[in-house]
Amino acid sequence: MSVFRSIVFSAVLAGLVAGLATTAVQMVGTVRLIQQAEVYEKKPEAPAPAASSMPANAPAPGTSGHDHDQHQIAAAAHDHGDAWEPEAGFQRNAFTAGASVLTAIGFALLLAGIFALRGRPVAWREGLFWGLGGFAVFVAAPGLGLPPEVPGQPVADLTLRQTWWIGTACATAAGLGLLVFRREPWAAMLGLGVIALPHVIGAPQAPVGTTDVPTTLAHSFVVAAVLTGLMFWALLGVLTSIAYARFSRS
Amino acid sequence: MPQAQTAQLSATTNVAATNVNVVVQAVLAMALGLFVVGVVGFSHISAVHNAAHDVRHANAFPCH
Repeated sequence: MSVFRSIVFSAVLAGLVAGLATTAVQMVGTVRLIQQAEVYEKKPEAPAPAASSMPANAPAPGTSGHDHDQHQIAAAAHDHGDAWEPEAGFQRNAFTAGASVLTAIGFALLLAGIFALRGRPVAWREGLFWGLGGFAVFVAAPGLGLPPEVPGQPVADLTLRQTWWIGTACATAAGLGLLVFRREPWAAMLGLGVIALPHVIGAPQAPVGTTDVPTTLAHSFVVAAVLTGLMFWALLGVLTSIAYARFSRS
Repeated sequence: MPQAQTAQLSATTNVAATNVNVVVQAVLAMALGLFVVGVVGFSHISAVHNAAHDVRHANAFPCH
């Protein structure tokens, strides 16, 4: 089998399994918290609840849809007009599952490509460490400056945040590469410097604004998103290495 | 002797060609992966954003 096909087959298989497993965890974790936050996002007229109080129930049907027309935060106001959005409930969750699987396949293509470049078999344990590298590059480092956020929190300009996020991921990948693959002292110093650089420059700061989203909810979301990310990357690293070892042999 | 040298040279060239071939295929696959992640996580198209909304927030991709 050609190298490209081996990479694609193993990435699709690993991405499908890791994406679906992550979706199952997201349904009880991050997605539930996003829907709780949307209650605050969607009710600009409602009196602000006490910071420590959480919504008693999951949002009623029809209120969990994400409507950007009603953003209450001036800084984050974002009018999407009548752009299509999935209906609350099954359709929305199905799109979440689909997007999760696609993201997993995309990242698995990256991992399997690296395994092919290694030019020797990559065992599951090495795959696990590559997965943890992915966690550092795509979750931990960008999340340090731009923590996972529920809808309705004040945020800086989207393009600025995306640019900083991508730059930080690239810098962390380059820095880790220098630390792991070069043994010279200059490489270690340069690697650490490159990893620290985006944080010294600083992530785009959110404008001062008020939000009704309780701090406890925002904090729970950071923990849930980071833990799900850790599980996702560990699983994806292991599954991709096993799948690629099998497909590249055949 | 020259024959052996030629054979060795040809073998080395083949290995080099195979390596270049592997590198090209691996890099193409990685570029495809980044493209997929880019569309799902970073596209500004509203419909794509709305479809992948919960995943963007859960993955801590910048969202609004």
